[in-house]
Amino acid sequence: MSEYRIQGATGEWEVVIGLEVHAQITTNAKLFSGAATAFGAEPNTQVSLVDAAMPGMLPVPNRECIRQAVRTGMAINAQINKWSRFDRKNYFYADLPQGYQISQLYHPIVGEGAIDIQLDDKNPDSVKTIGIERIHVEQDAGKLMHDQHPTMSYVDLNRSGVALMEIVSRPDMRSPAEAGAYLSKLRTILRFVGSCDGNMDQGSMRADVNVSVRKPGDEFGTRTETKNVNSVRFVMAVVEQEAKRQVALIEDGGTVVQETRLYDPDRNETRSMRSKEDAHDYRYFPDPDLLPLELDDAFLEECRASLPELPDAKRTRYEIALGLSAYNAGVLTADVETARWFEALLAETAAKAKKPEAEVAKQAANWLISELFGALNKLGKGLDNSPVSPAAGAELLALIADGTISGSIAKQVLEKMLETGDGAAAIVEREGLKQTSDTGAIEAAIDGILAANADKVEQYKGGKEALFGFFVGQTMKAMQGKANPGVVNELLKKKLS
Amino acid sequence: MTQLTDLGIAAIRDGVAKGDFTATEVATAFNAAVAAAQPALNAFIVTTPEKALEAAAKVDADRAAGKALGTMAGVPIGMKDLFATHGTQTTAASKILEGFKPQYESTVSQKLWDAGAGMLGKLNLDQFAMGSSNETSAFGNVISPWRRPNDTAPLAPGGSSGGSSSAVAARIAPAATGTDTGGSIRQPAAFTGISGIKPTYGRCSRWGVVAFASSLDQAGPMARDVTDCAIMLEAMAGFDPKDSTSLNLSVPEWTAGLNADMKGKKVGIPREYRLDGMDADVAKSWDDGIAWLKDAGAEIVEISLPHTKYALPTYYIIAPAEASSNLARYDGVRYGLRDLPDGAGLQDMYAATRAAGFGPEVKRRIMIGTYVLSAGFYDAYYTQAQKVRTLIARDFTEAFQQVDVILVPTAPSSAFALGEKSADPLEMYLNDVFSVPASLAGLPAMSVPAGLDRNGLPLGLQVIGKAFDEQGVLNASLALEQRAQFSARPAKWW
Amino acid sequence: MSVDTATVAKIASLARIKVTEADLTAMVPELNGILAWVEQLGEVDVTGVEPMTAVIPNTQRLRDDVVNADPLTGGDIRDAVLANAPAPEHGFFGVPKVIE
Repeated sequence: MSEYRIQGATGEWEVVIGLEVHAQITTNAKLFSGAATAFGAEPNTQVSLVDAAMPGMLPVPNRECIRQAVRTGMAINAQINKWSRFDRKNYFYADLPQGYQISQLYHPIVGEGAIDIQLDDKNPDSVKTIGIERIHVEQDAGKLMHDQHPTMSYVDLNRSGVALMEIVSRPDMRSPAEAGAYLSKLRTILRFVGSCDGNMDQGSMRADVNVSVRKPGDEFGTRTETKNVNSVRFVMAVVEQEAKRQVALIEDGGTVVQETRLYDPDRNETRSMRSKEDAHDYRYFPDPDLLPLELDDAFLEECRASLPELPDAKRTRYEIALGLSAYNAGVLTADVETARWFEALLAETAAKAKKPEAEVAKQAANWLISELFGALNKLGKGLDNSPVSPAAGAELLALIADGTISGSIAKQVLEKMLETGDGAAAIVEREGLKQTSDTGAIEAAIDGILAANADKVEQYKGGKEALFGFFVGQTMKAMQGKANPGVVNELLKKKLS
Repeated sequence: MTQLTDLGIAAIRDGVAKGDFTATEVATAFNAAVAAAQPALNAFIVTTPEKALEAAAKVDADRAAGKALGTMAGVPIGMKDLFATHGTQTTAASKILEGFKPQYESTVSQKLWDAGAGMLGKLNLDQFAMGSSNETSAFGNVISPWRRPNDTAPLAPGGSSGGSSSAVAARIAPAATGTDTGGSIRQPAAFTGISGIKPTYGRCSRWGVVAFASSLDQAGPMARDVTDCAIMLEAMAGFDPKDSTSLNLSVPEWTAGLNADMKGKKVGIPREYRLDGMDADVAKSWDDGIAWLKDAGAEIVEISLPHTKYALPTYYIIAPAEASSNLARYDGVRYGLRDLPDGAGLQDMYAATRAAGFGPEVKRRIMIGTYVLSAGFYDAYYTQAQKVRTLIARDFTEAFQQVDVILVPTAPSSAFALGEKSADPLEMYLNDVFSVPASLAGLPAMSVPAGLDRNGLPLGLQVIGKAFDEQGVLNASLALEQRAQFSARPAKWW
Repeated sequence: MSVDTATVAKIASLARIKVTEADLTAMVPELNGILAWVEQLGEVDVTGVEPMTAVIPNTQRLRDDVVNADPLTGGDIRDAVLANAPAPEHGFFGVPKVIE
C-alpha cells in the first residue's frame, strides 16, 4: 500500500488524523428527560422542563442510552467501565440551557478499543487497526437559527439533551482514505449494533476532525479541530484541505495554531471559527445531581447477549462458510440493511432450492450485487425502499436455477418486477418468457442461421472455432433469448460437426 | 380563648378534624396575621391569602363530606421561596428570577398540598439561600420578631431560611418549609426559638427546589416544636424518581415513633466543638443540654471528630463550586431577567443580565466557585475539599460506632443585629461553624430551642444523628424540648 | 495562591458577570481573604483518601426509555416551556443575533 504524502516545497509531509465522532444514540426519549427525540418536530415541542433547565430541574439517566453505549463498546472490543460518572462541562451558549453540558470526562463508560479498517476491498492485507481511546455519553445541545430575523437568533431546544456517544479515536489515521474508511466502518458497526442510525444528513452522526502534519518520523505537529463534519466525503475533503493548508502555512514560515475550524463545503475549505473567549476553561467537575453509574454483571451480560453478529465476523463467515469472494463479502457486510436483505434472500433461495445456503450463496450474492443493485440504482432507490422483496428475489433466482428462464431473460423479468411489483413467475407466464428446450424449434432456428451464414460455417469448419459463440448468439437472438443455452450448445455442436 | 394563630400543626389539624374550628377560620386568622406583620417583618416576598383559603375550603368541604383528611389538613404554612410553586412567582429572593412563574410544582410543596396544607405565601430568604442573616435577599431584609431588651435594633432572623424562622417565631405561620445547605434550617431556627430539622440527604426530593449546592441541599420543616416537625417531615419526605439522589426508602412513621426516653442511648459530645473563646451562654446551654439528656436516661460519651475545623473551608469550596455551575442557567434566555444593553451580543447580554440580576453575595460565591474549578486549581481546591469531605464523613461514621446521637450547639451565638456582620463575608461564614459538618456528611440534624441568653435571645441545641436515623434525632430533640421547657416568645411590637 | 485584578477580571468573564473597575478593586481583597482561609485545607493529609462521590451511599437509578412517561419530565409542553421567556418568537426563544 502506497503511503499518502503531501509534496511540499521542503519535501514530503505526512498527515496525522484523529476523529471524534458524535453519534446520536437511538432512543425514544432523551438522555436525562422523557421528551421525545424524533427528527423534524416543530420547534421546542420536544422539550421538557428539564431540557429547558428550569430552576430546580434534575437529570435522571435513560437506561437505554447506557445500554447502547455499553453494547457499542463491546462491539469494538473495548474496556467497559463498570464504574463511571457524569461530569459537567461548563460554558455559556444559547444552545446550552443549563450553562453546562453533562458529559463524562474523568471516568467514561467505555475505555480503549479498536476498529479494523480495510482500505482495499480486494486486498486482505490492506487491513489497518485504528485505536479507540474512549466512548463517553453526553447531552446534545440545542439549535440556533440565524436567518429568521434581522437582529435575533432563534433557539430551538428540541435536540437539547438528546443522548450522544462521543467516540474518540487515537491519532492513528494517515490519509483521507483512512479517515473515510474509518468513519464508514464505524457507521457500519453502529448500525449493526443498532445504537445509532448513522443518518449523517440528519445530524445523527458527525465528526470533529483533528488534523496535523509532520515530516515523516517527526513528533506530532500542532493539530486543528474541524467541527461537525457531516459526511464521509467531507471528512476526506477536510483532511486533504487542512493538511495542504498546514503544509503551506508552515513552509511559508508560519505556525499552525491549535484552534477550532469549520468546513465550508461550497468553497471546499476550512476556516477558523471566531475564537470564543475562555473556550478552553470548561471547569469540569462531577455532576452533583447524579450518582456514580455502577453497572452490574447481569446488565453487562444482557448487553453482550443482545449483540448481533458484527460486520467483521459476518464477512469472514460469508467468505469461509458461504464461499463468497472477499469483494462480495465486503460489499454485503458494508451495511446492516444489505446484510439483512442478503440473508433473507439467501434463506428463501435455499428453501426454494431445497439446498444448503452455501450452495446457493454465490448465485444469490452475484445476483444481488450485479443485478439488483444496478437496477435499483437506475431507479434512484436502495434496498430500504426496494419494490422487490427478498422473497420475490428468491422466486426469480429459483426460475433461473431450474432452467425456466435464462440469465438474460432474468434481467428483463427483474425490470418488470421493479416496474409492476408483480412476482417473477407471473411475469414470465404473462410475457411468455419461459425458456424452451423444444429441440424442434431450436433445430429449425439453427438450420436457418447456418443456411444464412454458409461462409462462416466454412470458416468454422476450417478451424476458426471462435465463431461458435457467434452461432450461439444468433440462435439465442432468433429464439428471443428463450432457448435453453445448454440445448442450443448441444444441437449446434452436432450440426457443425 | 387561645388565639388560632398560637396553635401549631398538630393542634390545628386535630382542632379542624374535631370541628373545634374550621380550616377557613384558621386560614383567615393567619392571613390577617401575615398581612399585619408583613410591613414590619418582611417575612414574605409574596403573600397568597387566596391559596390558603382555597386549600382550607377544600379541607372543610372534605370534612363535611366525611372524607379522610390528610396529616396536614387545615394547616396553612409558609413556603420558602426556593420551592417552585405552579403559577406563583418563585424568585429565590433574586432579581434574576423576579416575575418568574413556574409551570410546575416542586415535589415537596406538592406533597404538602396533598397532605391538606395551604399556602400563606412565599417566604423571603437569603438570595439563592446564600447567607446566614437574610440580608442578601433582593426583596429586603427579613426582621426577626425578637429584640434585645430595651433595644429596637432590628435583629437577624438567621439565614438562609430567615423568612421561615421569622414567620413561625412571630406566630404568623404555624410552620414553614426550609432548606438547609450548610445550616439554613437549623441556624435560623436557633436564632428565633423554634425547631427545625434537616433530614438525611436524599429524604426530601430536590425536584423543583431552586438549587444552590446540589450535594448539600436538603429541605426540611421549621415549626414550633419537635412533634410538629415530625408530622411535617413525614409529609415532605419520600422517594422521588425524578431526583437521582432521592433515597428509595419508605418514610418511617416518625410521629408515632416519638419517644423521649433516652435510656440505653449514648450521646456523643465532640470535644472539637468546644472552641476557644466560646460564648459563655452558648457553652452553658450546651452543658444544660448534656444534663437534660442525662436526665432523660442517656449515657454521655466524649467523642472526637478530628476534622471538624476543616469543615467550614471545605464547605466554602464545595458549595460555591456547585453553585457557580448551578446558577449558570440564569442567563436571560428562557426565563427571568434579561438585561440587553444597546447593541449587545449574546455574551454581553449574559454578563449584563447576571451583573444586574445577582446580588453581591451570590456573585462572590459564583466567583469563588468559578475560580476553584478553573484550570490549574481544580485539584488543589475542589479535589482536595472532596477528600477532606470524605474524612469529615468518616469522623462521623466512626463516632457513630460508639454513640447514637451527637449533641452540639446550633450556632456560636444568639441572633446578631442586621448589619453587624454583613461587612465581612468571612465573619458571616463562621456563623455556620457548628452546622456545616453534618451537612457535609449528609446526616440528619435538628435544632431545638434551649433557652435564652443574657440578652434575652434564644439559643438552640443541635442533635446530629446517623444517616437515616431521623427518629433518633427527633427523640433526643424531644427529650431536650421537654426539659428545656422553652416558652419564651417575642413580644409583639409590629 | 492569591488573585490580582487581572485574575478576578478573568474569573468574572468566565462566570459571565459584568464587573466595573470599582467592583474588581473591591473583590480582590475579599476573594483573597476567602481563598487564604480555605487554603488551610492544604495541610490535611489526604494520602489514600478518595474524593467523596455520594454523600449517602446510593446507586444511580436508570429510567426506562419511554417518551413522556411522567408529564412533569416529558415534552409536548411548548407553551409551558416558553411561558416565562423574555423574548418568545414564533415558538422559539429569541436571543440577540449570534454571528458564528
